[in-house]
Amino acid sequence: MTRQMTGARMVVQALKDQGVEVVFGYPGGAVLPIYDEIFQQNDIRHVLVRHEQGAVHMAEGYARSTGKVGVALVTSGPGATNAVTGLTDALMDSIPILVLTGQVPTFMIGTDGFQEADTVGITRPCTKMNWLVKDTAKLSETIHQAFHVARAGRPGPVLVDIPKDVQFATAEYVRPEKTRTDHYMPRVKGDIDRITRLVELIETAERPIFYTGGGVINSGRAASQLLRELVDATGFPVTSTLMGLGAYPASGKSWLGMLGMHGLYEANLAMHGCDLMINVGARFDDRITGRVKDFSPRSVKAHIDIDPSSINKVIHVDVPILGDVGHVLEDALKIWKARGRKVNREALPKWWAQINEWRRMNSLAYAPSKATIKPQYALERLEALTRGRDRYITTEVGQHQMWAAQFLHFDEPNRWMTSGGLGTMGYGLPASIGVQVAHPDALVINVAGEASWLMNMQEMGTAMQFRAPVKQFILNNERLGMVRQWQELLHGERYSSSWSESLPDFVKLAEAFGCKGIQCTDPKTLDDAILEMLAYDGPVIFDCRVEKHENCFPMIPSGRPHNEMLLSADAEAFKSGAVLV
Amino acid sequence: MSALNIKKGSTSHSAYDLRDSHSEVEESHTLAVIVENEPGVLARVIGLFSGRGYNIDSLTVAEVDHTGHRSRITVVTRGTPAVIDQIEAQLSRMVPVYEVHDLTAEGPSVQRELALIKVSGRGEPRIEALRLAEIFRASVVDSTLDSFVFEMTGTPAKIDAFAELMRPLGLKEIARTGVAAMSRGA
Repeated sequence: MTRQMTGARMVVQALKDQGVEVVFGYPGGAVLPIYDEIFQQNDIRHVLVRHEQGAVHMAEGYARSTGKVGVALVTSGPGATNAVTGLTDALMDSIPILVLTGQVPTFMIGTDGFQEADTVGITRPCTKMNWLVKDTAKLSETIHQAFHVARAGRPGPVLVDIPKDVQFATAEYVRPEKTRTDHYMPRVKGDIDRITRLVELIETAERPIFYTGGGVINSGRAASQLLRELVDATGFPVTSTLMGLGAYPASGKSWLGMLGMHGLYEANLAMHGCDLMINVGARFDDRITGRVKDFSPRSVKAHIDIDPSSINKVIHVDVPILGDVGHVLEDALKIWKARGRKVNREALPKWWAQINEWRRMNSLAYAPSKATIKPQYALERLEALTRGRDRYITTEVGQHQMWAAQFLHFDEPNRWMTSGGLGTMGYGLPASIGVQVAHPDALVINVAGEASWLMNMQEMGTAMQFRAPVKQFILNNERLGMVRQWQELLHGERYSSSWSESLPDFVKLAEAFGCKGIQCTDPKTLDDAILEMLAYDGPVIFDCRVEKHENCFPMIPSGRPHNEMLLSADAEAFKSGAVLV
Repeated sequence: MSALNIKKGSTSHSAYDLRDSHSEVEESHTLAVIVENEPGVLARVIGLFSGRGYNIDSLTVAEVDHTGHRSRITVVTRGTPAVIDQIEAQLSRMVPVYEVHDLTAEGPSVQRELALIKVSGRGEPRIEALRLAEIFRASVVDSTLDSFVFEMTGTPAKIDAFAELMRPLGLKEIARTGVAAMSRGA
């Protein structure tokens, strides 16, 4: 049976056939035919954003919290260029999203037409793949292929650019199952000999550690389950990157906490001192490795990754295993069990004793205050008052993000949405809306800094319009906190442009948007204020006035190895030039 | 120190286990990249090289299978073994890339380039140019009373040598295709 339809209708039909329920977008001249089709149906919900960057971050939040592909729809020219930051963010963090862009009609391409931009040219380096569709007959297949590419292998953002005349023209619709996708099929099964080698190493290692990343979460819930099983059965310690939080539960007995530049002392020293490092879906990012030359110098390294270019890119590994984390862990568990579930029972207790000694350093300690709200305290209270709830957390970028990673605990995957690789200030608010749209009844909190939050605050309008009761928990220190911290520690305390002046009154701002505003300045009233936020049925902007000069510790200054970590007490000595620990 | 019976760095991830992947010495490698012949694929490949700071010494591209929509890109690049491996991995994960072959690493290969070389002059230099062209098996594809255009194929080194010899004899212009390369044997 052939089905003739316009390109615009094809877009909507293809989205429906791909199981899309919601599209985040903003209309404009070059996508009007698609918007006309969206108007005439009820299966797909359209969330009107206030800025295209917001649409892409919402799609990211939606994708990361559901495991499905998030979809954004924007117009040509400025609509497309505004999507670039979100696309780059999704590429760095391997988030599957599809961005549909309108384009000037094919006969106008190249004439510098109104709202024309070379969208596929601009977005080529910031998408996993992109397409300009010049023929309606190829449109539906291209969209289906785009979904496949976004999901398959290492997930990522894709973009389909659709000229306006292609939207108007009519052709035959091709269903997803008739679409050719076999040209892109990354290998998911790992090499069995290599996996066996890994198991042999697991059996004899004296000081092993699992170093897990976002790949575990991208691989799906089964991968997280398999990781838990393997970690718990072997009794090995496990740490995670920022992107991987929740894959292994923070309440689990083998959990060391996050590693990296602001990771926990015990996690970083265990990485430095281990004799077997098992990297599961992480990529040796520079925020993790510090100085590459001195990274975990005495360990044998295994690396499970689906992306061949992640292996040996930064750190040379001894046992590379190319494949999907879930498949490889499943095989590893099978082989390890079949060989008798062996681990080095003599050495492991000594290793744990060493780790527990490091733990006693209590690297997240901070000086409490009765007068001002310490940001760490605010997050401890937020954690305590929301524990056990159906909770999703997004963040902006900066100190608050690192504190959130340190002080909030995640027991499940897909509960933590943050901009890791690109470090996009302005990510958290729109991402929280995307999460809330996917999980209407859940508690969704964006832990923010006031500076980041202002970057996309227009999206509060979206939250109001679509009744997304997102809680904006702003740790307001009237500073660009992380910039200020680096200036204090590394730039002679010259605070160049790192304070937030002329800030809005956040409570009045909330009122202006029609939502609830809460300000809290006193640690004694903080609990009540947080409970008030949680109780309110609707969006809240929470202006939490925190200590202005708090620094985020531990900290490995960039370019230093893991064992040269700064703890809060060391900071003064560091400024005077000493190298510590 | 470690109970683990493994020599660090002993397992290379690539098929070329004999190479020292820790070497800091730059090598020249010729890669054959089979890609989907679609708009933008060349830009995608070139963008990878410029975006990640890799070198391109030579690059050629043409469709090689019309019905299958396949093009072949031959790229000559330079880098340490680790960089070469990374280039190969980065190329092979691209969606429209079907195959990547490191011809330098995979075994003996033939490399050929075509050049058109214009030399102008009269008298003795002109005769000398013609004589040298014969030695180099370059053929004359255009001739006037005071110029020749030579066509020659060969390795890049051979073309370099010929061009160098033509320089004092009135070399005017040179156009080169870049390297096409193929592994020897079946």
